[in-house]
Amino acid sequence: MKYIKFIAVGFVFGIVLTKSEAVSWYRIYEMFQFQSFHMFGIIMVAVMTGLIGVQLIKRKNLKDYTGAPIAIEAKEKGLARYIIGGTLFGLGWAMVGSCPGPIFILLGAGFWGAGVILLGALLGTYIYGLLKEILPH
Amino acid sequence: MLTLIYFGKAFGMSSNLRTLCSIAGAGRFADFFRFDWKAQRWNLAVVFGAMLGGFVAVHFLSDGSGVNLNPTTVEQLAAMHIEAPEGKLAPDSLMGFEALKNPKTFIILLAGGLLIGFGTRYAGGCTSGHAISGLSNLQLPSLIAVIGFFIGGLIMSHFLLPLIFR
Repeated sequence: MKYIKFIAVGFVFGIVLTKSEAVSWYRIYEMFQFQSFHMFGIIMVAVMTGLIGVQLIKRKNLKDYTGAPIAIEAKEKGLARYIIGGTLFGLGWAMVGSCPGPIFILLGAGFWGAGVILLGALLGTYIYGLLKEILPH
Repeated sequence: MLTLIYFGKAFGMSSNLRTLCSIAGAGRFADFFRFDWKAQRWNLAVVFGAMLGGFVAVHFLSDGSGVNLNPTTVEQLAAMHIEAPEGKLAPDSLMGFEALKNPKTFIILLAGGLLIGFGTRYAGGCTSGHAISGLSNLQLPSLIAVIGFFIGGLIMSHFLLPLIFR
């Protein structure tokens, strides 16, 4: 039952993102129209919390729960993949108002449309897998 | 995210899409999907938990009073024939079961999903992996990716959505 703790993390994640309305198509539209501080506030609080946590881990060399040192992998360097991939992702995010986490949350919440988005996202991931070698990174 | 780091893992939801592709057998067609997906089961457990969380939050923790948008936003939506939220997280005209019978809606959702799936893997992360985890760790690539998210999002929201939902 070593997965219980991960289910618990996901459970809290699902509730927090739903109750904070970060999974809402409406809120995402409103964010991109710059008509509300709501989403920016959520993202900023999340990043600030993360930033403080990560800095603490690094400066105090904290260990994980098994006692192993925590190593956070750096992202690979690059420009093309981040700007092109990011822009494509942004187009999809604003269009159907969900990113990979919320797709699953919305599906659990009973929004049938999220199932179609998931299907599309799996297909998109699959196409990337096929084209990976010929794309600029 | 910090809890997952404490568990010796990394927070990123979109990796699960790759895992699911691999489970479905995509490894036969591309090397990208040939990896030890069983090592990713913990992340699928997070997904399962997230689905439960979404279910519980909507069915047991909501009183139908949420999503109070800026009135200007509601007016703009009305111009695109999208109903006001009135407590709903997403418009029925886009996400509801009935709406799926409309081929146009189906194609919009599928296309949006395609962009999300392709874009997130190309960029190597999504909102959780780049915007939250990456920015927290002061990663320049993540900042570039997030700028990309906004370039795409702004183009869609300001120029393309009004065309799509005319």
